[in-house]
Amino acid sequence: MTLDMLPIGRSARIVAVHWPALVQEEARRLRALGLEEGARIAVSHRGILGGRDPIAITVGRMTVAVRRAHAAAMEVEEL
Amino acid sequence: MSRQRPEGNRRVALVGNPNAGKSALFNALTGARQKIANYPGVTVERKSGRFVLPTGEPVEMTDLPGAYGLDPTSPDEEVTAKVIAGHFPGEAAPDVLVVVLDASNLEQHLVFAQELLALGKPTVVALNMVDLAERDGLVLDAAVLAEELGVPVIPTVAVRRRGLAELGEAIANAGERHPGPGLTALGQTERRVAAHAMADAAILSESKRHRLHAKLDQLLLNPWVGPVILLAILFVVFQAVFAWATPFADALDAGVSALHDGVKAALPPSLLRDLLTDGVIAGVGSVIVFLPQIVILFAFILAMEASGYMARAAFLMDRMMASVGLSGRSFIPLLSSFACAIPGIMATRSITDPKDRLTTILIAPLMTCSARLPVYAVIIAAFIPHTSVWGGIGLQGLVLFTLYVVGVVGAMAVALALRSSMTKGAASGFIMELPKYQMPRLKDMAIGLWQRAWIFLRRAGTIIFMVTVVLWVMLNFPKAGPGESQVDASIAGKVANGLAFVVEPIGFNRDMALALIPAMAAREVAVSSLATTYAVDAGDNEDEQALELGDQLKRRWTLPMALAFLAWFVFAPQCMSTIAVTRRETNGWKWPTFMLAYLFGLAYIAAGATYWVAVAAGL
Repeated sequence: MTLDMLPIGRSARIVAVHWPALVQEEARRLRALGLEEGARIAVSHRGILGGRDPIAITVGRMTVAVRRAHAAAMEVEEL
Repeated sequence: MSRQRPEGNRRVALVGNPNAGKSALFNALTGARQKIANYPGVTVERKSGRFVLPTGEPVEMTDLPGAYGLDPTSPDEEVTAKVIAGHFPGEAAPDVLVVVLDASNLEQHLVFAQELLALGKPTVVALNMVDLAERDGLVLDAAVLAEELGVPVIPTVAVRRRGLAELGEAIANAGERHPGPGLTALGQTERRVAAHAMADAAILSESKRHRLHAKLDQLLLNPWVGPVILLAILFVVFQAVFAWATPFADALDAGVSALHDGVKAALPPSLLRDLLTDGVIAGVGSVIVFLPQIVILFAFILAMEASGYMARAAFLMDRMMASVGLSGRSFIPLLSSFACAIPGIMATRSITDPKDRLTTILIAPLMTCSARLPVYAVIIAAFIPHTSVWGGIGLQGLVLFTLYVVGVVGAMAVALALRSSMTKGAASGFIMELPKYQMPRLKDMAIGLWQRAWIFLRRAGTIIFMVTVVLWVMLNFPKAGPGESQVDASIAGKVANGLAFVVEPIGFNRDMALALIPAMAAREVAVSSLATTYAVDAGDNEDEQALELGDQLKRRWTLPMALAFLAWFVFAPQCMSTIAVTRRETNGWKWPTFMLAYLFGLAYIAAGATYWVAVAAGL
């Protein structure tokens, strides 16, 4: 399952990230924020309107907003 | 006591992740004695100030832009990385680093901290916002952390001035270090694992207390309630800007009038007296009265930023901004542009994608800034009847609201057009930390407000002052012969006659053309220049002089002309400072030139269309 499909409130671990699908700068930023392989995350909020974009993700004690396109590049495993 | 030369002092740099509370710590350490400038050649703010250590040694303190690592992903991070390495031209490398950590976000912030510690510089760690961590049920042991990191770790609460003396002490004693190979050889992933372990070791107890900010997010980011709250907040902001500012603006206005009359009475009639009263006091005074509105708007924007709500607003707006090819990050600069495009354009620095940023800069002047208000207010009051349409909504207010909406819709259309042509590129992303909610601190707000008010006042005292004087001279010389109107005879009148030829097809008369010239400096000058023009034109005719500007306009302009003038000001880039700041932020003349061309083009078309439609409708 990819991160964009994870239901709100469910915890998961990022098992793989398809880095080539992301713009290099954004990939680095995601890594810097701790969104990379092995990170324990949960989806806490989704945006309004069509597509429910963007997505707010809890990683550690931090909340990070990303677009669905970023989340779709991340393979997760529910805990 | 003799003051030491600043270049002789040791340099201390505050460095850390965004949202670690660096700025609050910097404010607490340096107070209001700050110098704010730009790093040369780039558009990143450089904040520095003086701090006296407990030993009596003064040090120069700089607040480096927030960063997630030394491998830069934004202009801000690039400055931070270069300054620390001593590679930034003209900027000496800091002697001591103060690494600022958010106590409740240790496992994240310790990643960058390890990268900094690996540099081997004298370093002190400020474990900041320990009070908020405690509120979240997190008790930390600074000593454990100090042992793990090998440097002093001082718990601080910047906003309550807790731990500042201890921090100063530690800075005074910070010496050379030799980081072990275990620290320097690590890669990003290893650092993250180490950060996790260190954070776990430092946490003494962690209760499962429900965190306040999670609850607030449930409400403020709720897909249904969140947008309603955001709209309500924006409504209150605009209501406040227009309603709350009125008494202060009226008081300032009365003060300016009193000064005008006082000077007029105190000095013998002379050219100098007229220059002082009709030129300087009337011109600069007509701009100063907008200070209350600007301060109120910025108070809201600063409060929204300091509380952490601004990032939530960006989150809520992201989807909408995405539909015109922008991201939620553009929302903050565009909202600021309703006060003034200059801080708005400067705020685009937080947008990481360069094409996104350029598009936002180019559309920022379409947000109705407060400088347009005097123009709108005068014209609307003179030409739009003070009646109400459906259920008590005032027609005047409706026209004003329409002007705002036309600006926003125009901006969205332009953004869409630019994103599919000149600033075409991969759809930009939106990656943003949502910081914890915090009560904005009065002192930090006061410092921020003062800095912005000062920028505005300096502008009034320099550009607007000069333009007013130049216009007054151009209007008064050469002197008219008998039976000739002073405006017709003046230099300004002759220039306006030339310009009038160009703007005639869109319904503008000579006076309007004349008002546009000085308004190139700043839009609000259009009002004072119309006032000056009609005052000079009235000459010594006392009946004419007694007429208010609004009555003068009503006698000389038709309704279609007035509407065309309003439409012109929705689009026209009449602000020298905006052009200058765009040149600085885009590093060249290409984009400001493009901005001027496209906005004047739109203004011409909009004014012309408005005029001819209004004439055809028989208004």
